[in-house]
Formats: sequence, C-alpha cells, structure tokens
Amino acid sequence: MSETSSSADPSSGPRPSLGRIFWVFLVMGATSLGGGVVGYLRTALVVRNNWLDDITFVELLSISQTLPGLNATNMSILVGDRLRGAWGALLATLGMCLPGATLMTAAAYAYGIGGDDPWSKAFLHGIAAGALGLIVVVMVQLGSRVLKGIADYVIVLATAAAVALFGVQVPYALIAAGIVAIWWHRPRGKGTGEGPRK
Amino acid sequence: MKQLGDIAGVFAYLSLLTVGGGMAAFPELKTLTVDTYHWVTFPEMLHFYSLGQLAPGPNMMMVVSIGAVVAGLPGAAVALIAFFLPTGILTWAIGRIWTHLATWRWRPAIQTGLGSVSVGLVLAGAIIMGRGAVTNALYAAVAIVVFFLLLKTKINPAYPIVASGLVGVLAHWL
Repeated sequence: MSETSSSADPSSGPRPSLGRIFWVFLVMGATSLGGGVVGYLRTALVVRNNWLDDITFVELLSISQTLPGLNATNMSILVGDRLRGAWGALLATLGMCLPGATLMTAAAYAYGIGGDDPWSKAFLHGIAAGALGLIVVVMVQLGSRVLKGIADYVIVLATAAAVALFGVQVPYALIAAGIVAIWWHRPRGKGTGEGPRK
Repeated sequence: MKQLGDIAGVFAYLSLLTVGGGMAAFPELKTLTVDTYHWVTFPEMLHFYSLGQLAPGPNMMMVVSIGAVVAGLPGAAVALIAFFLPTGILTWAIGRIWTHLATWRWRPAIQTGLGSVSVGLVLAGAIIMGRGAVTNALYAAVAIVVFFLLLKTKINPAYPIVASGLVGVLAHWL
C-alpha cells in the first residue's frame, strides 16, 4: 500500500498514522461503557475523525454482524484494515480490547478476594438481572432489523428451543438452522430453473 | 501448561460461535466452563458475564476473567488471544474480498438467513441466563424494568445495570 492520499477510498483525507489509530481505538475501548459500542464507533470514526462516511460505516457493520466475532472487534479490524492495512487492523483491535481486558483481569483477582462476601454476591446477582434486561433489548433491536417474514420467526423459535430446551449443541443448531434459513432465502428467479415457491 | 491449552481450545472454539454477538456463545460457554471443565460455578460465570457487560470495549471481556481464574495472568492472555485471533483473521480476510462478494447472488440469502439464526441463538442464551439470574419475583421485576427502560429511552445501559446491583444489595440488607 502506498502512502499517497489519493487512494480509491471514499474518505479522501490523508490516512492517519498507526499511532493515531491505536490511540483513537484505545480511547473508545476505555470509554464505551455500557455496551453500546456501535454508537461510540460511529461518533469517533464518522463524526469526529471523518475516517469513514455513513454508507461505508453501515456496510462494514453489516459485515461485522454476519461474521462470527464481536461487533466491536470486527469493526476495529475492518476499519483498521481500510485505514492502514494489517497493522492498522491489529493496532485498532488491541486498542479496543486492552482497557476492558485489564479491567476484567483485575475483576477476576478482586473476585477471588471478595467474591464470597454476601454483600458483593447480592450486588452481582442484581447486576445479572439488569444485564439480562439489556440482552433482551439488544435481541429485540437486532430482531427488528433482520426478521421480516413468519419463516424468520419460526427459525428464531426453533433455534432457541433446540438449544435452550432440548440441549442441542450450538454448532449443530447453527449449521442446521443456518442451512434451512439460507435455503429459504435462496436466490430465486432468472437462470435457476426453480420457480419461486412463496 | 495443559490448562493453558484447554483455555486456548475452549475460547477459540467459543469465538467461532459468536454469530450476531457474544450472547450466541453463552449456552456453550456455560456447558464448557461450568459443566465440562469446572473452572467456575454457574453463579460465578453469571457474575463475570454481567460485570463484562459493564466493562468498556467488547462485551465479552469476561473470557479474560475466566482465564485469570484458571491460570493467572498467562491464562488471561491466552483467553484473550484465543477468543479474538481466529475470528479476527477470518473477518480480516473476508473483509478484503467482501467487495468482490457484493454481486454474489447468495450473499443476501446468507446475510438474512444467518440473521434470524443469530437472533435465535441470542434468545437461547437469554433463556439459559435467565434460569440463573431470575431466582425470584424481585429479580424478574428488575430485568423487566431494565428492559423497558432501555427499550424506551436512550439512557446509557451502565446506569440501570448498576442500579440493579444496588437493588440486590438493598434486598440483602432488608
């Protein structure tokens, strides 16, 4: 990759240095409290630094959500790679992960010291109930974007029931339901010879 | 050494299941760390998972906590690398060829199809988590209140989650 700023990239400004990429993602990794990391990403990348336009941001986000891996780190990799290639991807991901990883390592040691204390247990149990509320909200928001027809809801319920009620291992459920769902949404029309069945 | 290998294997495997978010891996996370390897108890795992929701950055940093519980700082480092490297390389590689896939006629099918499967996996994770977290009517009420608060307002999730913890402390005190 060349250093020139006249690349084919939609964002036309000069590309940021590796140090700058690391710093911006480190700040995001340290300040994105409460889970909504996508909002922080958009503010930092699109609004404040102008490294991406909104269309590219949404496209990279849809790649992040389709592939395995967390949105926060997948976005770091894709954005870092666009800005500075493999090193950009690596440093962006490290910056994103280091603050949280440090905190959760410290939490493990603190838990070893105070985890049996009934007061901290009561606090953590309350937090678990609150976190459950957060997860269901995230699920509803994700669902409102991706679920379109009755068949999609059937796939959701069948997958959830198989795993949570019948103890089917996640990889089997993922592969079986994935094949059915992808086949249901298979490309139809010209050239396939198989007419639409809806 | 064997423990570090187990940590690497478990978290590398789990990372491949996180389609649509960390919660999709929750059922297998529980099976492996609690039932198979006995690294943590279910309540302990639930506590780390919930703390991880409060921590900044990616919301599955609790894998680092489990690594640290099992094998100290090396365990934490191995868990971190194992959880993020395999999917990271996959994302990096697919990201580079994605523009070539833009016109591939199966791409929308894969995106929509995997979308509904991932919602199903998140739902399964939420059900399993609920069995541990909702132990009585009070905690059910806490989860429901947080749910509606976050659905209807744009408040930072950290506040109601910390408040939930304080409700737990209050219930213990009374």
